[in-house]
Amino acid sequence: MSIVNDTAAWLTDPDHWSGPDGIPHRLVEHLAVSGAAVGIACLIALPIAFVLGHTGRGGGAAVNLSNASRAVPTFALLVLLAATPVGFGNRATVVALTVFAIPPLLTNAYIGVRDVDPEVREAARGMGMTGRQLMRRVELPLALPLVAAGIRTVAVQVVATATLAAYVGGGGLGRLIADGFGRADPAMTAAGGVLVALLALVVELTLAFVQRRVTPGPVRRRVRPLAPPESAVVPPAV
Amino acid sequence: MPLPLAVDEAPNPWLSWSYVRDNADAIIAATKQHITLTVVSVALGLLLSIPLALLARRFRRLETPLLGLTGFIYTIPSLALFALLAPVTGLTAKTVVIGLTGYTLLVLVRNVLAGLDGVPPEVVEAARGMGIGPVRMFLRVQLPLALPTILAGVRVATVSTVALVTVGVVVSNGGLGQLIFEGFNNNLYHAEILTASLLCVLLAAVADLLLLLLERLLTPWTRR
Repeated sequence: MSIVNDTAAWLTDPDHWSGPDGIPHRLVEHLAVSGAAVGIACLIALPIAFVLGHTGRGGGAAVNLSNASRAVPTFALLVLLAATPVGFGNRATVVALTVFAIPPLLTNAYIGVRDVDPEVREAARGMGMTGRQLMRRVELPLALPLVAAGIRTVAVQVVATATLAAYVGGGGLGRLIADGFGRADPAMTAAGGVLVALLALVVELTLAFVQRRVTPGPVRRRVRPLAPPESAVVPPAV
Repeated sequence: MPLPLAVDEAPNPWLSWSYVRDNADAIIAATKQHITLTVVSVALGLLLSIPLALLARRFRRLETPLLGLTGFIYTIPSLALFALLAPVTGLTAKTVVIGLTGYTLLVLVRNVLAGLDGVPPEVVEAARGMGIGPVRMFLRVQLPLALPTILAGVRVATVSTVALVTVGVVVSNGGLGQLIFEGFNNNLYHAEILTASLLCVLLAAVADLLLLLLERLLTPWTRR
């Protein structure tokens, strides 16, 4: 098929591997924007989730927020934010991506802390642990697998959303796709698609590996059905 | 809120009835396309996931690779998937439907599988004892008992699909996403952007509610 050859030719053309529009620069841009968003979102969401999970309060709201956020198209939110004083460009993209990343992080970490066996909690209290010790030495280690799952989910989602940001003036690898469509250049479009898909898969596999490493064997979960209340485990596709 | 220095600019309200009134036809057309793309994608996804789940139940060794494949598709960002499909299928609704159907498989295959696995073996045994054939066993016993789990999956898949249709704008078939992007290109026409965005969320909520009602109707025995 000629489109496959054309795409391969586009990807191997040295011209496309240098300069501000080149693949390496776009990749770095994509990773920087995504990494900043995930980092900021963790700093905001995780402490809130730990406290909510520890006190057992406000959890319903956190889960509902996450489920409701599934119904809001990321594309709509990107455009809406671009139309507010947040504006567009890479900094605005970081803000938008952070907004998307908070609900799933919050929910996963909250569920992780809340689902700690009450008997384990009881035992820790019986050993004379204070609330803070309980949180730091019992709840957080036991919640770690779900926190890691949340970060993985969010990272993949953010990398995908960062691609869309190209349509509202952002940079990153999405530019290749947006420009490919804009110039009616199928090879460029498909090349962008290949690179973005590869990036998402690499991020997913890398973080899945990390998640497995921090999950003790007996805790690894089997596939379970996804009823709406626990749908927080499934990220919205982007 | 308009900034004070922008006094000369034409007003650009976020909500405007005159926008809705003057563009009713375009809004209705975009909403219709949005609904059609969603319904077709989820229906195709369900039609595909039932045989796939049955296959995985028949040959248990296929279960893990099959679930892995649906996860693989789900991981590919929609924009990238459309970019990969478009050179072949063009700037058409077909491109959007193929992509979105692929995404629904993650939830649907998993839930059909879990629903069928959740049917109590003694019920199947009893039905078999009554001399029921394999086809009627599936249609009259297993499928109805699996229905709550399957419909829970359909709800999740539908809400996600409603949101994802907007990305179809890159191949000129994005339903309400067309209006959102048009508003963006049209000097940030606030009313157009917000109206279409709110309609997306409303569509998702209505679809979720309708499916919940459908579940109530189809599975009266689950209510105490």
